[in-house]
Amino acid sequence: MVLAIDDLTVDFTTDRGTLRAVDGVSLAVASGRTLAVVGESGSGKSVTALAAVGLLPGSARIGGRIALDGEPLTPDRQRALRGGAMAMIFQEPMTSLNPAFTAGEQVAEALRIHRGLPPRAAFEAGVAMLDRVRIPDAERRARQYPHQFSGGMRQRVMIAIALACAPRLLLADEPTTALDVTVQAQILALLDTLKRETGTAVVLITHDLGVVADHADDVAVMYAGRVVERAPAARLFAQPEHPYTVGLLGAVPKLAGGAGRLASIAGTVPDMRSPPRGCRFAPRCPFVIARCVAEAPPLMEMAPGHASACWRAPLSQVLEAA
Amino acid sequence: MMLALEDVARRFGTVRAVDGVTLSVAQGQVLAVVGESGCGKSTLGRLALRLIEPDRGRIRFAGEDLGKLSPRALRARRRDMQLIFQDPFGSLDPRMTVEQAVAEPLILHNIVPRAKVRERVAEMLTRVGLRPELATRWPHEFSGGQRQRIAIARALASGPKLVIGDEPVSALDVSVQAQVVNLLQDLIRDLGLTFILISHDLGVVRHIADRVAVMYLGRIVEEGTTAAIFTAPRHPYTRALLAAVPGQGGGAPPLEGDVPSPSNPPPGCHFHTRCPFAEAICRVESPALEGGVACHLADRLPPAVAMAEAEPGGARLARLQEFFKDGARA
Ligand SMILES: Nc1ncnc2c1ncn2[C@@H]1O[C@H](COP(=O)(O)OP(=O)(O)OP(=O)(O)O)[C@@H](O)[C@H]1O
Ligand SMILES: Nc1ncnc2c1ncn2[C@@H]1O[C@H](COP(=O)(O)OP(=O)(O)OP(=O)(O)O)[C@@H](O)[C@H]1O
Ligand code: SF4
Ligand code: SF4
Ligand SMILES: [Mg+2]
Ligand SMILES: [Mg+2]
Repeated sequence: MVLAIDDLTVDFTTDRGTLRAVDGVSLAVASGRTLAVVGESGSGKSVTALAAVGLLPGSARIGGRIALDGEPLTPDRQRALRGGAMAMIFQEPMTSLNPAFTAGEQVAEALRIHRGLPPRAAFEAGVAMLDRVRIPDAERRARQYPHQFSGGMRQRVMIAIALACAPRLLLADEPTTALDVTVQAQILALLDTLKRETGTAVVLITHDLGVVADHADDVAVMYAGRVVERAPAARLFAQPEHPYTVGLLGAVPKLAGGAGRLASIAGTVPDMRSPPRGCRFAPRCPFVIARCVAEAPPLMEMAPGHASACWRAPLSQVLEAA
Repeated sequence: MMLALEDVARRFGTVRAVDGVTLSVAQGQVLAVVGESGCGKSTLGRLALRLIEPDRGRIRFAGEDLGKLSPRALRARRRDMQLIFQDPFGSLDPRMTVEQAVAEPLILHNIVPRAKVRERVAEMLTRVGLRPELATRWPHEFSGGQRQRIAIARALASGPKLVIGDEPVSALDVSVQAQVVNLLQDLIRDLGLTFILISHDLGVVRHIADRVAVMYLGRIVEEGTTAAIFTAPRHPYTRALLAAVPGQGGGAPPLEGDVPSPSNPPPGCHFHTRCPFAEAICRVESPALEGGVACHLADRLPPAVAMAEAEPGGARLARLQEFFKDGARA
């Protein structure tokens, strides 16, 4: 496994009390594979990724184990590897691009620091990288500043910087959410190609189940700080075993139409300052039973590689009982 | 026609945000306007309600030329035309309670006697699925989905005939989005609203629109019934837009390039720089919208590839999802 996260917890102390944003999350990604992390806003997707690369603010208390290629990731190692063996891209590229440097300089910097290339060679390798992410006329564009690029082009520059050093691990947090669909399709296809060429392990955070279906090998579904279901992507869509996943799949309006009302999950996500004691989905779950409210279900194996944290899984039981 | 636009155009500086749009919506219909960022959807919506002035063209609302109305007559008309925005955080005044927010249009347009305002507010809140007891709370005490319900209650309070929703569910999480989509559908049907849905989410559009207009760089490139647009799209841009929606196997090669700058659109057909079918004429002559499509080659293009959206969950998943409808419990 390139990335192995084991029983991760993240606590934030705020002026309104302590909040456990991530509560016992375990995830793993192998070389050349894409793990999609999906879930409701606030479920802890970004915090999990930020913990892995060591970019959480100082107010965060982190527990559990994180390892890259089997070696524990200490804060020192995270600092040394960030931008080299391990890279992250965000939804809004402008927050991580430096407006004062040209695109070419910013790609070159990663190569200078992490691969020790001399400035001239680094710049040339940077231009080649911009060309590889299909920025037209890369030689000239390398001398331009971020504000001179469109949103899609900026995201390409971000990807060029992130992938310049052929990282072992890439964490992509909603990398295409701010982009138009036609540009999103280009960027995701590009990420797939580069991943195949470099064997990079990818964690793709997204709220778009269509993106998951097209681009992920495995999926982790998060709800209120916990992983509630984990499965190979094809299996998750064919046979979801957690009620939240079932509801989520039904809530997406289909492009192919389909009459009637959408399935919708009643209510809203719990306040993370006082989450429900047992299963956190219980207040919204149509399958809730007494045990759910009393006791939190652990992730239980349903089939090889497929786990669900639900007392009533496998859900065929629910159908038989109905 | 409830609303009819005729050759409407509006520039901002050098940007032709809306560049000669002709479009109409019949009473009780849902028209969706789709297209990529910056193509002019929001500008078109604001022009349709005459919240901004067109540079040219005519806008008729229920047969009446909005451009000819005096400011006073236009203000009176406003009760019949409302707008719902994307951002439920921005569209509610944080210093107004829910009750004040929903009551404001009632009082402004003198819709019900003062003594009846509270009752009417409670009725509106119930309609959008909120408990009337919540009326005394402040916007920040609500979740995004609840705030959007409040914004909808406020927009519908004056009993409008025409409502424009500018990305009304885009800021919401999928599960909450489905609640609000269901609510909008119910309200449109029960109140007989004419609705213009501005959205980049083609799944939502397919689900609630009767007709669809596709925009590209300020112009309508295709317009037709929802079924026709989704099953037999004719314009190359409509095809590309549909093919780019993820969840169809990722097989279709993505459209090349970015949307060109709207301040310097390509000559001829605006789409020719990205169109796989472009010919010489496309670079010089702008195609008119004829028979629902604006493309020189419309009659010669190969049939569109059918959408291949996988639904692998089958009957088991469908049965499980039934429990998520109408508050069923197992
Ligand atoms: N620096 C912080 N201080 C306090 N709380 C935080 C901080 N960062 C995140 N949180 C909280 O942690 C929880 C998880 O946040 P996170 O950003 O991981 O959600 P997410 O799943 O990425 O959501 P989204 O889909 O909206 O990006 C939220 O309740 C959030 O408010
Ligand atoms: N008030 C304004 N001043 C200057 N330019 C404007 C103004 N409003 C819109 N524009 C420009 O007009 C064009 C169309 O904008 P509009 O907001 O209508 O697009 P849109 O289709 O709604 O995009 P989005 O999907 O991003 O909301 C854009 O190029 C935009 O920058
Ligand atoms: S454990 Fe109970 S409440 Fe939680 S998801 Fe399963 S059935 Fe629903
Ligand atoms: S007019 Fe020409 S460039 Fe424009 S969409 Fe049709 S074929 Fe393509
Ligand atoms: Mg996030
Ligand atoms: Mg807009």
